[in-house]
Amino acid sequence: MVKVKIKLFFKILYIIFLGGIGMSGSTLEIKDLHVEIEGKEILKGVNLTVKGGEFHAIMGPNGTGKSTLASAIMGHPKYEVTKGSILMDGEDVLEMEVDERAKAGLFLAMQYPSEISGVTTSDFLRSSINAHREEGDEIPLMKFIKEMDQVMDYLDMDKNMAQRYLNEGFSGGEKKRNEILQLMLLKPAIGILDEIDSGLDIDALKVVSKGINKLRNEAFGCLIITHYQRLLNYVTPDYVHVMMQGRVVKSGGPELVERLESEGYDWIKQELGIEDETVGVDA
Amino acid sequence: MSVEVSNQYNIEYVENFSNKYNEPEWMQRFRKNAFTKAEQLDMPKPDKTNITRWNFSDFAHEAEGKAIASLDKLPENIKKFVNTKANQQNLVILRNQSKSYQHLSETLKQQGVIFTDIFTALHEHADLVQKYYMTEAVSIDEHKLTALHAALMNGGVFLYVPKDVVVEEPLQAIFWQEDPQLALFNHVIIVAEQNSQVTYVENYLSSHNETKTVANVITEVIAENNATVSFGSVDHFAHGTTTYMNRRGVAKRDAKIEWALGQMNDGNTVSENITHLLGDHSVCYAKAVSVGRGDQTQNFTAKIVNHGKQSDGIILQHGVMKDSATAIFHGIGKIEHGGTKANAEQESRVLMLSKDARGDANPILLIDEDDVTAGHAASVGRVDPVQLYYLMSRGISKQEAERLIIHGFLAPVVNEIPIPEVREQLTDVIEGKVY
Repeated sequence: MVKVKIKLFFKILYIIFLGGIGMSGSTLEIKDLHVEIEGKEILKGVNLTVKGGEFHAIMGPNGTGKSTLASAIMGHPKYEVTKGSILMDGEDVLEMEVDERAKAGLFLAMQYPSEISGVTTSDFLRSSINAHREEGDEIPLMKFIKEMDQVMDYLDMDKNMAQRYLNEGFSGGEKKRNEILQLMLLKPAIGILDEIDSGLDIDALKVVSKGINKLRNEAFGCLIITHYQRLLNYVTPDYVHVMMQGRVVKSGGPELVERLESEGYDWIKQELGIEDETVGVDA
Repeated sequence: MSVEVSNQYNIEYVENFSNKYNEPEWMQRFRKNAFTKAEQLDMPKPDKTNITRWNFSDFAHEAEGKAIASLDKLPENIKKFVNTKANQQNLVILRNQSKSYQHLSETLKQQGVIFTDIFTALHEHADLVQKYYMTEAVSIDEHKLTALHAALMNGGVFLYVPKDVVVEEPLQAIFWQEDPQLALFNHVIIVAEQNSQVTYVENYLSSHNETKTVANVITEVIAENNATVSFGSVDHFAHGTTTYMNRRGVAKRDAKIEWALGQMNDGNTVSENITHLLGDHSVCYAKAVSVGRGDQTQNFTAKIVNHGKQSDGIILQHGVMKDSATAIFHGIGKIEHGGTKANAEQESRVLMLSKDARGDANPILLIDEDDVTAGHAASVGRVDPVQLYYLMSRGISKQEAERLIIHGFLAPVVNEIPIPEVREQLTDVIEGKVY
């Protein structure tokens, strides 16, 4: 009996300890990352660290490698990492399967989410939530529906969407809201938002921003990829990075957003002596 | 020769078999005539599948089955297809070739609905059966197998819905091939008279994988003017059973026939589902899903022939192939001369789960009329790696992601099955075949 009690005591300590770590958030470290697609190098040495509680924005013109970075972190099958490392709390992300990356706390709101016929959004969401829980500890159906409904209300979504097939026939705006819905239900440690603002009208943009801001806390780190400043008017980043030619070429605080908005990117190109900011392929 | 099917059977055998069931004289003549034809006719030659080496000769023709006192007494693998809680489910169970259980509500009986096994129907409603038995939909002399079917028919059901009767609850038939050697020469007739509506669901079940036998099944659905027939099925013959499955529909003016077929056999199979839209404004939705596994070879045909003006035919077939299974999906939309403003649409998609599996989609449109609309879509491919990536990026394992994609792929038909128990069982059968 004593033995059991001691075990339990350690278990409780362990839980408190883990909980403590959870609150201070995770760290995603990207070091000298080189990525190819179909033999063409797109990322040429990206360095970036995102910690829990921090909101980072990656900006830059089209074709500079921003979306490639997001896809490479999540493990998109078309992208091949040729050099460098991605670590999540010190663990090697590149060694992980895509689902393991998600379970390690990474989430990517995709620019072009897949349409999956025959699978309802609701079934998909429940499978996703259960994938993060232990077997035998699946979320009770009623609890799931309640949580889903709450978040859908918050994002001003049509409830019928839950019974529609995943992303099939969704408008651009509906797809983006659906990505944020998943983000809010799965509560990852690090969220990466790949052009979540593209194709959104101003009302949808406000709703999506409201969702992202709701997640802001000590434990949640966010990497926002965009080439418009307008999203950043609603979601204020702590750090701003500019990508060109497959690298982060400039980093700064939120004041960088204002300067980019008024002056564009040319001053950075002049400062760094860059003529063509793209990586030469559609990235 | 493997296609020589008549060595152990002859005219005398057919006559004795018919006598044993006290069949009406016309039926006995019909059988004997069919047997003579079977000896002369050739085997069918399904396009792109060679069936000359398939077993069509090694089978037993007779096996009785005991009656079931109550549904609770059914073995689990049969019981799970039945809603045992609803005592009043309208149901016929054939165990081997014997009627083992039957229930039809008093209301339906009073309305004149007939739902019973084919031998009983031959006694009690001989004229009605004679009117529709291989007269309008399937003829005995199409090839050796249709003739042999007519000669050796040893089970089936007869469903008759009188004029203006709308049957709300689905009717169910279970064909339980309990004896491993027994061949099912099963004959199903569904007649929906003018303005009537009915939903029918059938299950073919066998579980003896190694024993060789044959299933030679013919189903005829006649939808008279403005009638609606919804037909759902789960075919699940075991590996040793060679199956010839012929489901044929005839839709008259304003009639509608909806097929939702779960083609889940584990043995070699030729399955054809053909509907003739005879009447103006008649409609047919022919939806089918299939899963192939092991070394089985299957040949599926979904065909709709538009005769009537503004008739509308839509074919959808989705197949999943794994291991070294082979299948071809023929989709045929045919618009006859005179079928003005008819519509023929079809979609055939095959999903391959292993490199040794083979699947082909063969879409055909045959159009003899100018003022029509038609379209087809066909694809053969593997699970989309980008779809897998999307699902896995939410933490879902690769296996579960594949499972979701496959179920989604088969959902258009699974969701159409009208009895929840059967729908769940079809999902289970798919699960069992895919993993």
